[in-house]
Parts: sequence; C-alpha cells; structure tokens
Amino acid sequence: MSSAIDVAHADAEKLPLNWSLWLRQVGTIFRLEIQKNFLSRRSTLIYLIAFLPLFPLVAFAFVTPNTNEFRDFNQYSITYSIIYNGLILRTLVFFGSAWIFMNLFRGEIVDRSLHYYFLSAVRREVLVVGKYVSGLVTTVVLFTTTTVVAMLLLYFPHFYSQSVRYFTEGRGLGQLLTYAGITILACIGYGAFFLVVGLFIRNPIIPALLLYGWEWLNFLLPPVLKKISVIHYLNSLVPVPLSEGPFAVIADPTPAYIAIPSMVLVTILVLVLAAFRIRHMEIRYGSD
Amino acid sequence: MTAADQLIIFDNVSKFYGEILGVNRVNLQIAPGITSLVGPNGAGKSTLMNLMTGLLRPTRGSITLLGIPTDQPERLFRKVGYCTQFDSFPRGVTGREFINSFLMVHGYDRRRANQLSHLALERVNLVDAADRKVAGYSKGMRQRIRLAQSIAHEPAVLILDEPLNGLDPMVRAETIALFRKLAAEGLHLIISSHILHEVDMMSDRVVLLNNGYIVAEGDIHGVRDEMEEHPMQILIRCDQPAKLAAYVFGQKHVVEARLHEDRGGLFVKTKDADRFYLMLNRAVAEGEVNLESVAPVDDDLSAVYQYLIGTTGGSA
Repeated sequence: MSSAIDVAHADAEKLPLNWSLWLRQVGTIFRLEIQKNFLSRRSTLIYLIAFLPLFPLVAFAFVTPNTNEFRDFNQYSITYSIIYNGLILRTLVFFGSAWIFMNLFRGEIVDRSLHYYFLSAVRREVLVVGKYVSGLVTTVVLFTTTTVVAMLLLYFPHFYSQSVRYFTEGRGLGQLLTYAGITILACIGYGAFFLVVGLFIRNPIIPALLLYGWEWLNFLLPPVLKKISVIHYLNSLVPVPLSEGPFAVIADPTPAYIAIPSMVLVTILVLVLAAFRIRHMEIRYGSD
Repeated sequence: MTAADQLIIFDNVSKFYGEILGVNRVNLQIAPGITSLVGPNGAGKSTLMNLMTGLLRPTRGSITLLGIPTDQPERLFRKVGYCTQFDSFPRGVTGREFINSFLMVHGYDRRRANQLSHLALERVNLVDAADRKVAGYSKGMRQRIRLAQSIAHEPAVLILDEPLNGLDPMVRAETIALFRKLAAEGLHLIISSHILHEVDMMSDRVVLLNNGYIVAEGDIHGVRDEMEEHPMQILIRCDQPAKLAAYVFGQKHVVEARLHEDRGGLFVKTKDADRFYLMLNRAVAEGEVNLESVAPVDDDLSAVYQYLIGTTGGSA
C-alpha cells in the first residue's frame, strides 16, 4: 500500500469515531457559529433587534407618563407582564429566534458555503447539534439580557428603594428568574422549530408567519388545539397572568412540571427530524 | 484488505434531477493514479464528482470509495478531499482560518490543525497571503486556497472539479506537477477539466462523458485503439512519400493514403496501427524509403473527444 494511503489510515486511527470526538467537533462548530452570530456584520442587525424593546424603557426612565398606572408601584408587575408578553416574548424572541435559527443552515445555503461542512469528516447529526447549541446560546444570551434589563429599567428609575426591597425581599427576584426561564424555554422551542423549517423549506418566512398567526390566535382556540402551540406552555408559566379578552376560550394552564418536560421532549423530537433531514440532504445550490 | 478497499467503485449508478438526467447507468472502477473526467458542459462530470462525495445521492445504484459508502461522511472524508467548483467561502475568514477551522471540524486539535494547514498552504504556494481575507483574493488564489483545503487533511483520494480554472500558466504548471507528485505517492486523483491537452499530459486514464453517459474509459491510447470506426491517422515524413504511398496502398488495413501539402510526407489512415508499423519497418528494411519521422496525428484526447463527442472540446 502506498505512503499516502498509509498516512490517511494512520490519521483515521488517531481520530476514533466516539463521543469524545463528537463533543470536540460540536465544540468547534459551536465556536465557529458563535463567532458568526456575535462578531459578523450581520450580527449588528440582531443586536439592534434584541435591544429594541429597551429603547422605550430607557426613554421611560427619564420621562414618566402622567397616568395613574405609572404612579402606582403595585401596577408595575402587570405593566411588565404586558411588555413581556406583547413585545419581548411574542415579538422579539419569536422573530429573533426565527432570524438566527433559520440562518444557521438557510444562510449558508444562500452563501453557498454549507458544502464545506458537508465535506468534513463529521457526522451530519453532530453538525445539527453544534449549530443548534450555538443558536441557542446566542438567543439565550441576547434575549435573556433584554428580559432582565427591561424589567430592571421599568422598576428602578422611578421607585428605586421600593424596587430594591421588591427584588431582595419580595417577589421581584422570583418573577425576574421566571421570566428569564420562560425566555430560555421559548428559545429552546422556537429555535428547534425554525432550525428544522430552515432545513426543509426554501422560503422559511411563510411558515414563520403562519406560526406567528397561530400563536396569536391561540386565545381563541379550543383547549385541545391550544396545546398544539409553544405559546400555550409559555403562558402557563408566566408569573403574572394577563386577561386574554372577552372572546378568549379559557383553558387550564399546564403545570410547569408538565409544560417544561413537554417542551424539551418536543424539541428533541424536532431535532431528531432535523438530523434525519440533514443526513439525506443534497447540496444543489442552483435549485435553492 | 480487499481489492475493493483500494478502488473507487460505481455500481450501476444513475442520478435524476426530477425528470432531468444527471448520469445514467454508470459502472466504473477507478484505481490509484490520475483519472480525468472529460466531456462538454452538462455531460455529468460535476454530478459524478458530487455523487462520489455524498453531496448528491444516487437515484439508483451504489458508490464506494476505498470500501466506504458515500453516505458516511464521518468516515469518507478522513480519506477523501474534494475541491469543488463552488467559488464561495464562509464570510470574513482569512485563508489560514478557512483551512484551520475545517481541520478542527474534522477533529484535529488546534496545534495539529495549524501544522497541517501550513503544510497545505506551502504546497499550493500561498503562505504569504495566508493571513489575508479570502474575500480579497484573486480568482487564482481562491482556486488555490480551495485546493489547499481539500489536501490539508492528507486524503488518499483527491477529487478536483476543474482545478486549473483561473490559474496563470506558471501556477498551472506547478499545480500539474503537484498532482503528479500526489499520484506518485499513491493517491487517487479524479480531475475534471475542459483543457484537453493538459488532461492528455497528466492523466493515467480518462473517462469520457456525454449527456450523462460514459462513452469511453481507460488509458487514452487504449481507448483510441478500440475505436475501429475511426481509423488511426499517421503522418510519415520520408524522402519518397509517393513511393511509400504506392507501397502501402495494397494493404487491406490501410483505408487512405494522402500526400502532405509540402510533398515531404504521407498521411496514412489505418484500421490496424500495429500491423501498419510492422509493414513500415519492413519497407525501411527493404530500402524502399528513408524515414525522418513517424507520428500518429489523432492518437490524442482531442481527437478521441472529437470522434466520440463530436466537438473539439476546450482549449487553454
């Protein structure tokens, strides 16, 4: 046998196919993707989107609207719940996750660079895991920061001493951690969905908008259908529940001990689907 | 290790893009050395290479490279490097980062990745530009950095889709020399090219493709010999071409004898080149003519390509 083939076989022996190699490969893919997510030109846009909800709250820190809701400290937990639900969870986390997770694969197909990963000695399932973890860390860092800073920006500028007591002795810290936890769970669930959509569908905006509509109409759906959504489980965990209006169909919230494992389980199933898809995926940029 | 573990084997492989044929019923066994895929645009060369590397999956049939099926990239790309035609790169990387990052995805640690990427950059003569952004590279440099990426992990099979595109003549010659060196080390090199005289120069064997079918394969002279419907044309330069014409005309295997325009040579078309050369030796021995030179006129890839595919192929 020739020397070159000998070298290749020797190297193959040095890199056994096992968990330690897969973990190292996940780590490498994670680092490459994190660099792209946080340090590329494209990341400027995602920073802007991620911190957009903070701009009105910074303005609010300097100017207090002359209405009763903003003079009463006890109303702030409801105000934050409204901001969190409407602006952070349903808009920022949803569309931010869509942008980041869809681009993990779709972005590389558009850039015509996905084949470099496919030409590496790496299991494609490992690629899915590495990319998903990088997307998850990116979204969790950005959106949890926004969740926490938004809450602090709402409370502290106008009621500093009361806020200190609320967050150290009262329910404030617990609520803050719960909201952060819901944000993380949303990144986990929406992230897996958008990752797989980016793998299956050439124009993933349409399914993203369909899901967005489904999530917003969730309050009108019968209890059985409510459970086929991400937002139902997230809403079940919100520490300050909001009224969904006079037309809402009331359903019992799902307890946390069911909601959290259910979300994680569905996420795992969706990632298995993504792994199956990528295992059979072809590179045909022309048709993409 | 079985013989199959040293071959690239296509077993009745077909690939369709919906209704459109990519390649059809390909049966091939490729041994170490340089094998060139030749054919016009759309013949199926890139499809065959993408099938070989698992970027495409066959509609029918199976492919193994050194005994490894193409749907196991984690094993396959320890032994295979592929320099594609896609002229695109991850954003914002330097040449060195580009190679390093993918060596690390292979599983090498940073130190070994640095060593291997430096060796690869040296081999393609790109060390000086290694720390510049790939986006600022010329077309030839981009071609070379892709080549470096494909050889960096020291594969046993190297697949190169139009690897000489965009290279200037000097680098082209260096690159061909590199291919020869790699082939001499025992690698399989599968190269597609439009530039027939370069393919002719460097290939141990060729695979001619047209419209998704393999129309001929093997050593170029062997392929030429098998083309009975196209008699081989030989130019004999001698002192008495007219006399030689009369001498050869009676032979059954000679189908045409024509004087060269300068009257200093004779074109002969023969169905059996071996018998013709024997006859020519006899004529010389009998003192009929004094030879200056004897050379086949259409025993090269261009002629074979023209006969089989019907065009003149590409040129540099």
